[in-house]
Order: sequence, then C-alpha cells, then structure tokens
Amino acid sequence: MNITILYFARIKEVVNYSSEEVALPDGVETIVALKSWLSGRGDTWQKLFSGGGVVRAAINHELVDDMATFEDGDEVAFFPPVTGG
Amino acid sequence: MSESVYLNISVQPEDFEIGTELQQLRAATPQAGALVNFVGLVREMSAAGQISEMVIEHYPAMTEKALQQIAQQAAQRWSLLGIRMIHRVGPLTAQAQIVLVAVTSLHRQAAFEACAFMMDYLKTEAPFWKKEIGGFGQHWVEARVSDEQAKQQWQKNSGKSPT
Repeated sequence: MNITILYFARIKEVVNYSSEEVALPDGVETIVALKSWLSGRGDTWQKLFSGGGVVRAAINHELVDDMATFEDGDEVAFFPPVTGG
Repeated sequence: MSESVYLNISVQPEDFEIGTELQQLRAATPQAGALVNFVGLVREMSAAGQISEMVIEHYPAMTEKALQQIAQQAAQRWSLLGIRMIHRVGPLTAQAQIVLVAVTSLHRQAAFEACAFMMDYLKTEAPFWKKEIGGFGQHWVEARVSDEQAKQQWQKNSGKSPT
C-alpha cells in the first residue's frame, strides 16, 4: 500500500525532510511495524525509533498508539511529545 | 447541552488583544455569570539562559481539530456557555502571548475547572512544538512529565463530572 508520512519538529530535523510518499511491503500496516520498517533504512532511523526519545504518531490527524493500523492512502505523522500552550 | 455551547477556536501567527476577546465571548454568551481565562506567555528565561525568540511549529491539518476535540470534551463534562481558544504559531518574541483559553458558564466552578482541564489537555494532545532561541543557541523544548500527570489526574477524576 501507499501512504504519506509527515515529520515534525526535532524529528523533521533529524530526518532532514518534512514529508514523503512510501510504498510499503505487505504486512506493514501498524505504527510499530512502520517504525521497524523505517528503522531498516539505517542508523539515523534506527536511533530515531529505538533511541531514548519518545516518538508519537498520528493517523489521519488523530493521535494513536503503536498498535494502531492504517490503510492505503492514509496520512501518518511522527513527532516528539507536544509542547504547546 | 454541549450543542448549545458557543465555540470559537483560532490558530494564528497574529497577536490577540485579551480585552477584545473576552468582550466578544461575553457578548456571545450573555447568560454567563462567570468568565475564567488563562493566557500563556513566552518566558524571558529558560534553564539554558535568556530567550530572545520562540518559534512554535504545528501540524496544520491536525491542530484545529485537536483543539476542537478538547473543547468538546470540556463542554460534555461541565455545563458551559462559551469557549474561546487562540493558539499562536510561528516566531514569537520573549514575553509575547502564546495561548488564550477563556470559558464562560453560569457559575464559577465549571469555568475554573474547564479552563484548567482544557489547558492540561492542550499541553499534552495538541500538536504544537516550541523551540527556544537565545545566546545559548537553539533547542526544542522538552515535554514535561508533570503535564502528562496533570492530564491523567482528570482521567482519574472523571467520575466527578456533573453530567
């Protein structure tokens, strides 16, 4: 399936871009599976998702936990814990 | 009851005038007997030193929706008349206003509690991120554990809700 991934704040700076379209292999349909698939890209990605910092996720603009599933065409976002207010 | 609550939410780079905003909220909810508001400001000092500028990044497609959901939760939990929320984004100077949450209700208790509730949820669920800039360089503000605990306190006390 194809999804759009957005990155914000510190994570956007680490990744070095703010969005991308990706074609995922079969079976990658949860946030946790997506994190693990992205971690396969190399050190930067692995550190991002398994290092000390917490990475939060949203699917189609709703905060979700790691077990949440997405579908073809969805927008997934990764960002640090929010600090507004 | 929540359908009749006046709701006005803005995400904007521009500053706001508190007096004007509160006046408008009062005009929109003339039955109100209580008005409570909170204004968050850019601190002059952080742990790293003097702050010259703060930049607030957000997730435009999600931000207003998240604030809307927070306001609706408050309106379901307390008997409220009106809610006005403004959150600024982009570059802000030290001492600038960042956020306004204002609530009207018939009696003070609902407005006090709903205002605190919405700020606690905004701090932990609305997709904004602060970056502090100063003589020390620049850094992203870290989320505080105490903010998450403040929100969880409301979840524990949900039985108290007067609905």
